[in-house]
Amino acid sequence: MPPDLAPEITVVAEPASTTVAIRGQVTIYSLSAVQAQLANLPEGPDVSLDLTQVTRLDTAGAWLVTTLREKITARGAGFEVRGLAPEAQSFLDSVEKAMPHPEAASDERKTIADLVAGIGAAVVGAVSLLLSLLGYFGMFLARLARAFRHPREFRLTALVHHCEEVGLKAVPIVALMAFLIGVVLAFQGASQLRQFGAEVFVVDLIAVSILRELGILLTSIIVAGRTASAFTAAIGSMKMREEIDAMRTLGLDPAMTLFVPRILALLLMLPILGLIADIAGLFGGALMAWVELGISPAMFQTRLVEGTDVSHFLAGVIKAPVFALIIGVIGCRSGMQVQSNAESLGQMTSKAVVMAIFSVIVADAAFSIFFAQIGF
Amino acid sequence: MTDTPSDAVITVRGVRNQFGTHLVHDNLDLDVWRGEILGVVGGSGTGKSVLLRTIAGLQEPAAGTITVLGTDLSTATEDQRKAIEARWGVMFQDGALFSSLTVRENVEVPMRSVPGLSRETVRALADLKISMVGLPYLAGDKYPSELSGGMRKRAGLARALALDPDIVFLDEPTAGLDPIGAADFDQLIKGLSRSLGLTVFLVTHDLDTLHAICDRIAVLAERKVLVTGTMQEMLSVDHPWVHSYFHGPRARAALDHAESQTAGKGD
Repeated sequence: MPPDLAPEITVVAEPASTTVAIRGQVTIYSLSAVQAQLANLPEGPDVSLDLTQVTRLDTAGAWLVTTLREKITARGAGFEVRGLAPEAQSFLDSVEKAMPHPEAASDERKTIADLVAGIGAAVVGAVSLLLSLLGYFGMFLARLARAFRHPREFRLTALVHHCEEVGLKAVPIVALMAFLIGVVLAFQGASQLRQFGAEVFVVDLIAVSILRELGILLTSIIVAGRTASAFTAAIGSMKMREEIDAMRTLGLDPAMTLFVPRILALLLMLPILGLIADIAGLFGGALMAWVELGISPAMFQTRLVEGTDVSHFLAGVIKAPVFALIIGVIGCRSGMQVQSNAESLGQMTSKAVVMAIFSVIVADAAFSIFFAQIGF
Repeated sequence: MTDTPSDAVITVRGVRNQFGTHLVHDNLDLDVWRGEILGVVGGSGTGKSVLLRTIAGLQEPAAGTITVLGTDLSTATEDQRKAIEARWGVMFQDGALFSSLTVRENVEVPMRSVPGLSRETVRALADLKISMVGLPYLAGDKYPSELSGGMRKRAGLARALALDPDIVFLDEPTAGLDPIGAADFDQLIKGLSRSLGLTVFLVTHDLDTLHAICDRIAVLAERKVLVTGTMQEMLSVDHPWVHSYFHGPRARAALDHAESQTAGKGD
């Protein structure tokens, strides 16, 4: 605001009354200047506010006058406003009428009971989350069974589409990732095993770790990031725009039309992706072993076939359907939890990814313990 | 104020807007007078909201000039533009409140650009604005997603009015409100416009709003402002679209209602 519009304030303090004359604009821009000058009015006597020379009084100015009145009348002195034009006066009155009266929000003091209740609520929340996931899993199985009995209700086109999205389009990233992991394993293993002159065991190292664990685990983590978020976002935005409700009113079952093709596509594609990752990982490891340790591809192959039992491969690939179900169910359930606003869509999407990755790793740990126990 | 009561605060001359080959406005002229409530009507797709966005500087016109409060927006410097932007407020259709902020924080956003104001003052002023648009005090602590559509519109209006602008642009202020809420909102706009001396540019489809609060009406058709005038003048325009708009069954009902209201007041 131009400086020449800054208000001029003259305070004439007399024993009986204080007269304050303001000249210029009292608006939100000059408010702090006026506030500062009016802060130290003499205590005690009546105050008379002369606004004859005020050229503009906005809501902030009217607020200032009103709060000043409240402050001065509160200490028992009189207060009057003079010289306002009729419109400005009626504006001042309407602002005075609109002055909010703070209502005390409920007192929120945390006690130990609240803390305990919070922990309890979190536990109940976790249990009900598990139950709800189990519920979605059950719903998927029930609809899948229904699809076998009523094949007409099954959406083959949607299944193919999701297979392409989930499987085919993930091949490059999964293959590249596994290839690099194979390279890294061979390189790191070589530098350690060389100390014992046991370079050739790098083949076993690569084969066991990729086939058993890393190939499928890392594939699942990438798919969890890519696909769980895509499921949640797609279903969630449909939920947000009431498309899910519209489907229900049209007699379409969202579980049959949305969940079954998605989860089934994941169930079919994840083992294939795991296989691709295994191959790419072994290829990367063989390449690095050749370059770094001079183990020729033929030697690598012989060592691989002789030294690595097929059970390692089975132990890896058997986990794929379980991981697929975990990722698919979490993605679909999170999508259905989206509320009617955009923040919850973002929130649920990121939650779905975190939950899916975490669950996949937990499940992998459980598998490891199980296989160790049964000696598989 | 040196301005006469009926000087133009917004002057639009020869504006052309087009999206690709689709021409929305061509050679469009419009004046908005100080202190009036101007209602802009037009069929769907005639570019009412585009016109609002063009004047409010959200959309660059392909040709033409727009002068707001004496400043030509196309040649204005960055600082001049900033100064003008502080003197208008825009209320979008669904309030367009920032969803991560409470209602009070939303209203505080424009005030934070004013230097020297203390936090308490800003808070108190925001509470006052919230109260002035008819929201309860505790609504200030709520997030936009916790409010009904009508309350969000009120909160959007409070934010648009935060700096006491000279002009407010309202995009379909009563769309999606129930009749009681819409009538309340009409009266709120009228009351605020009169007490704050606001110039109101409002885009609407609501015939009741046009009858109840608009001083003048501008009809958008055939890519320009076809006619402007009071409600009475609109009724005698014989352009087919304008005629069917203001003489259709809904228009008759709104007119009857408005007439019975004024007759009731006359008694």
